[in-house]
Amino acid sequence: MTQVLSQPRALPLTEARRWHRLLWILRRNPRITIGGGIVLVLVLMALLAPWVAPYDPVAVDPSHALEGPSLSHLLGTDDLGRDVLSRVIWGARVSLSVGLIAVAIGLFAGLTLGLLSGYVGGLLDLVLMRLIDALLAFPALVLAIAITAALGPQIQNAMIAIGIVAIPIYTRLARGQVLALRNQEFVIAARALGASARRILLRHILPNIINPIIVQASLSIAFAVLQEASLSFLGLGAQPPNPSWGQDIYYSQRYLANLKWWMSVGPGVAIFLAVFAFNFLGDALRDALDPRLRRRS
Amino acid sequence: MLQYTIRRLLLMVPVALLVTIISFVLLRLTPGDPVLVYAGEEHDPATLAALRHSLGLDRPLPVQYVFWLERAVQGDFGRSIRTQQPVLEAIVERLPATIELGTAALIISIVVAFVIGIIAALKRNSVFDLLSTGIAIAGVSLPNFFLGIALILFIAVFLRWLPPGGYTPLWQDPLDNLRHLILPAITLATASLAVNLRQIRSSLIEVLSQDYIRTAQAKGLPQRLVVLRHALKNAMIPVITVIGLQVGSIIEGAIITESIFFWPGVGRLAVDSIAGRDYPVVQAIVLMSALSYMVSTLLVDVLYAWFDPRISYGGGAS
Repeated sequence: MTQVLSQPRALPLTEARRWHRLLWILRRNPRITIGGGIVLVLVLMALLAPWVAPYDPVAVDPSHALEGPSLSHLLGTDDLGRDVLSRVIWGARVSLSVGLIAVAIGLFAGLTLGLLSGYVGGLLDLVLMRLIDALLAFPALVLAIAITAALGPQIQNAMIAIGIVAIPIYTRLARGQVLALRNQEFVIAARALGASARRILLRHILPNIINPIIVQASLSIAFAVLQEASLSFLGLGAQPPNPSWGQDIYYSQRYLANLKWWMSVGPGVAIFLAVFAFNFLGDALRDALDPRLRRRS
Repeated sequence: MLQYTIRRLLLMVPVALLVTIISFVLLRLTPGDPVLVYAGEEHDPATLAALRHSLGLDRPLPVQYVFWLERAVQGDFGRSIRTQQPVLEAIVERLPATIELGTAALIISIVVAFVIGIIAALKRNSVFDLLSTGIAIAGVSLPNFFLGIALILFIAVFLRWLPPGGYTPLWQDPLDNLRHLILPAITLATASLAVNLRQIRSSLIEVLSQDYIRTAQAKGLPQRLVVLRHALKNAMIPVITVIGLQVGSIIEGAIITESIFFWPGVGRLAVDSIAGRDYPVVQAIVLMSALSYMVSTLLVDVLYAWFDPRISYGGGAS
């Protein structure tokens, strides 16, 4: 009974402390607020696209083709009279969902392989690591291009390709951390108590390696957004008439000679902001979550 | 050292084999029957079957792989579907243009990164330092196709200072070659510039805080000598790794830049081949860029040991 009573009393304190700590981290690291703020705006833009976008992003209107920025079309229109701003807003859905899903694929697969490889060791480790070395031997964009070309140029395939490209980094990260923790006292103690390998990996090791993984995930999303834009620019990602930042920039190329700059500026700035925000957030999180760097800052 | 190099070379063999397997599997996954592609207008089933047999495509996949590898090792990657030109010939033809662009970009990136990186490290936390860090993050985040298009718009179309694209061979007209080279080289240099700048700055800051630098300063050596002769040499070690890997991924970087500026290199060939579904060419480029990346990683590690005698690869680490 005393135990039951003492628990609820302890909880609000921890909760309050957690909030206090979060606020403290945010105050000490304005970069998290800036990066996180831009990310939040982009996510809201993607989620609320149907309500925020002033026009239908695929509605063709030849009478307003290639118009420069004006009050009715803040970022101008493209050669089919489609509103550039609306396409940028809807494009956030494509870019962010590809970024998030691709990183989720890479994170889940990479983390599983890394945890297993590090914990089991032996032949499994040897084979898996050579496979990871082989994947790492491919330059990222080249591998993504090869996979998307093989699976067929579609946005879903681009997601899978970018996800596969992200696997090695998580595998290596998780494996390295497992090797460092495998023989620590708390893991040995858990093993001695009869905990299964699954329990040890998920309950004891995973929580200890979550910080570098969060940091890497943020940096990976930045990279995934950039790769999706590059694949779409090459015609291997989103297919027309769907809005996509990379594809829209590719499309704008043919009007460069006529100085129709607004067609590329909107999507270009959007890619830049998204990649910048996730990079900035990742960098700031690394400083905030790494106890060694925290002391120095 | 020699032992280490040999061991690394031996370790490279299974990885290189895996790389070829991945390349092969990706090629076979590609939609479309290669026999129909080779046959062109021919649709007679008997002829198609004969062609399938002669290409070895009726055999089990592992056997096909061995045949493919045998030919690939000899430099025979088949013929381009679009032009019927041997794939290797098509790539070798375009390699000089890519190497020229890549080298120019690397020179720009290294020189600018060194100048800004050293000043930023020496004036840590100054406005200049903050500005350079900002530029570095911005450079990494800027997609090179957008930067390329912005440069074409502003410098080539609006100001008309430089041509918006195209290529003149170096031996034909060096000056015109240079005029065509500037914009794509700046575009290609930006991302690596940001990475190099960050690396130079942070590794120089670390070295500058070490005791031997303080000793050198205490001896009364001028700051210029301390930085250039004592600090920079040691700060170079991690920088070499980063730059070495950039050399290895030269084709990757060229893919988009070359296609924007109509630069007739391997990257442009890759993009044209993707658009034309010319998979033998795409696959050969993928394989070659992976192998060149692997070799450069090895060279970087060997150079690393050469530059820093403290690093010993004699241990059991793989």
